[in-house]
Amino acid sequence: MARITTVIGVTVIATESLSKRFPRVTALDRLSVDIGPGVTGLVGANGAGKSTLIKILLGLSPATEGRARVLGLDVAAEGAAIRERVGYMPEHDCLPPDVSATEFVVHMARMSGLPPAAARERTADTLRHVGLYEERYRPIGGYSTGMKQRVKLAQALVHDPQLVFLDEPTNGLDPVGRDEMLGLIRRIHTDFGISVLVTSHLLGELERTCDHVVVIDGGKLLRSSSTTDFTQTTTTLAIEVTDSDTHPDGTRAVREALHARGAETQAEAGGLPGAGHILLLTATGEETYDLVRDVVADLGLGLVRMEQRRHHISEVFTSSDEQRKEAVGHGG
Amino acid sequence: MAVEQPAYTATTPAGDQTRIHDIGYRGYDGPRLGRAYARRSLYSQSLRGAYGLGRSVKSKVLPMLLFAVMCVPAAIMVAVAVATKAHELPVSYTRYAIIMQAVISLYVASQAPQAVSRDLRFKTVPLYFSRPIETADYVRAKFAALASALFVLTGAPLLVMYAGALLSKMGFAHQTKEFAQGLVAVALLSLLFAGIGLVIAAFTPRRGFGIAAVIAVLTISYGAVSTLQAIADTQGNSGAVPWIGLFSPVTLIDGVQSAFLGGSSAFPGGTGPSGGEGAVYVLFVLGLTAACYGVLIRRYRKVGL
Repeated sequence: MARITTVIGVTVIATESLSKRFPRVTALDRLSVDIGPGVTGLVGANGAGKSTLIKILLGLSPATEGRARVLGLDVAAEGAAIRERVGYMPEHDCLPPDVSATEFVVHMARMSGLPPAAARERTADTLRHVGLYEERYRPIGGYSTGMKQRVKLAQALVHDPQLVFLDEPTNGLDPVGRDEMLGLIRRIHTDFGISVLVTSHLLGELERTCDHVVVIDGGKLLRSSSTTDFTQTTTTLAIEVTDSDTHPDGTRAVREALHARGAETQAEAGGLPGAGHILLLTATGEETYDLVRDVVADLGLGLVRMEQRRHHISEVFTSSDEQRKEAVGHGG
Repeated sequence: MAVEQPAYTATTPAGDQTRIHDIGYRGYDGPRLGRAYARRSLYSQSLRGAYGLGRSVKSKVLPMLLFAVMCVPAAIMVAVAVATKAHELPVSYTRYAIIMQAVISLYVASQAPQAVSRDLRFKTVPLYFSRPIETADYVRAKFAALASALFVLTGAPLLVMYAGALLSKMGFAHQTKEFAQGLVAVALLSLLFAGIGLVIAAFTPRRGFGIAAVIAVLTISYGAVSTLQAIADTQGNSGAVPWIGLFSPVTLIDGVQSAFLGGSSAFPGGTGPSGGEGAVYVLFVLGLTAACYGVLIRRYRKVGL
């Protein structure tokens, strides 16, 4: 508990016009961002500069210009001290198939500087916390993707770091595995008291898990704010209705009726099956709900669903794409 | 729940019940021993791994077998020498490793890829470098581990011979001096072979290629150099023999020990390099070892993360 209180209110990661230029690409472009304790999502498309940022923050790759501090330590001068206090879970496979999870994680704990007895004890604890039980004595080669991801997470947590970098931890997982992994990431902060920087190109999953989201694109900061800011600005209602004999296309009838009363609707985006049957409209207050109820009742249709849709972080990307198109138009 | 509970307790041993309760997360406030400790741990893990210890039964077979193959001829020699009350061992300490060079090469070929290719192939390397240890620590630990493993492999039969020589009451001072010279020679050999093996293995993540490449470099170069030396010798060009010897690891060690460590050379004509030429040999051995170390450091800077 003592450690948690010392971290609260402190900036865990701070970058100051951090740039990384390779001969042909600029991976990071004057990125300045402050990240506090908690679970922070680092969002960006592939090639946005997420992995480059993690490498710099681990003190493994020098920045071309600018400065960065992790846990109050300078990345350029105190890389080894940072790496002792930080855990890292890479995106790619990194596990040898011919050793057991226990042997592997014990070895990695010792590489982090834990004495042999402590390494074994922490390994048993950590593997239990990530949800590996009897299987941990079997060679990793026979594990499922979900189990491998847990071993990768365990090796990042085994030395009880103050901060972990998780690079695309939900990659390759099925929906159930994804939910379990996200729940685990949430627990890393709430139960273990470890701050998390988690990258993903899937935005929806981060808004459920993270306290704060940083969006980068082309090495530039697009947005950095708490997830509540992202999702609370407006409320969108999703409506689905039945069809009837008098109204063979109920959805269309409702849309027209709503338009007649001055309410704007959109069809659900994203070409999913059944998407055409869902109407989205912006709720301006209580009266919007009444309006929908009245319209549907007047038409004699059944209301299958009426639910609040939170604003999706993905809209940040659509708006940035528009900006980029403008920038290109200006000759950028 | 009511149905599941008894089934669960019935299949779980009593000792495991303590683990069912989630005791919550416990932090770690103990010591963190840092880089030097991590390097030592990596060294000991790699050294044990070079003999298959802490690995599967299958991976113990080859290194243990080669270790036995290295030691058995020494034991037989000792037995014969003791039985016949000989005054001198049939093979000198410095010659032994040269005779057994094929076994040593095979060992390097099998264990160098094991030491480094696995980490590269399964991309485990980034996990090391996201920890306090750095490129140089990793390379030094792996280099030292393979060199130590080779020193054990090549030194053990010498120890058997030395023990046998003392048992059969051969001259103590003479035997000790020759044994020490033999140890210095195999130490140089271990460093050189470890360096060459690791460099080749670090550039061939596929294990099969690594094995083939190490065997090719160590054995074929020895064969080619020996053949060239023989040709040069029969054509009356014996001055070129020592210079040709610089181009294979086995003849390099042979040259060093015959020039400075009282060894008899296996070169055609039985004459090794002279003092001046021997100095070049020593420089070559040390230079090659250092070059291998440098190449490895460069290699791991690149693969970093």
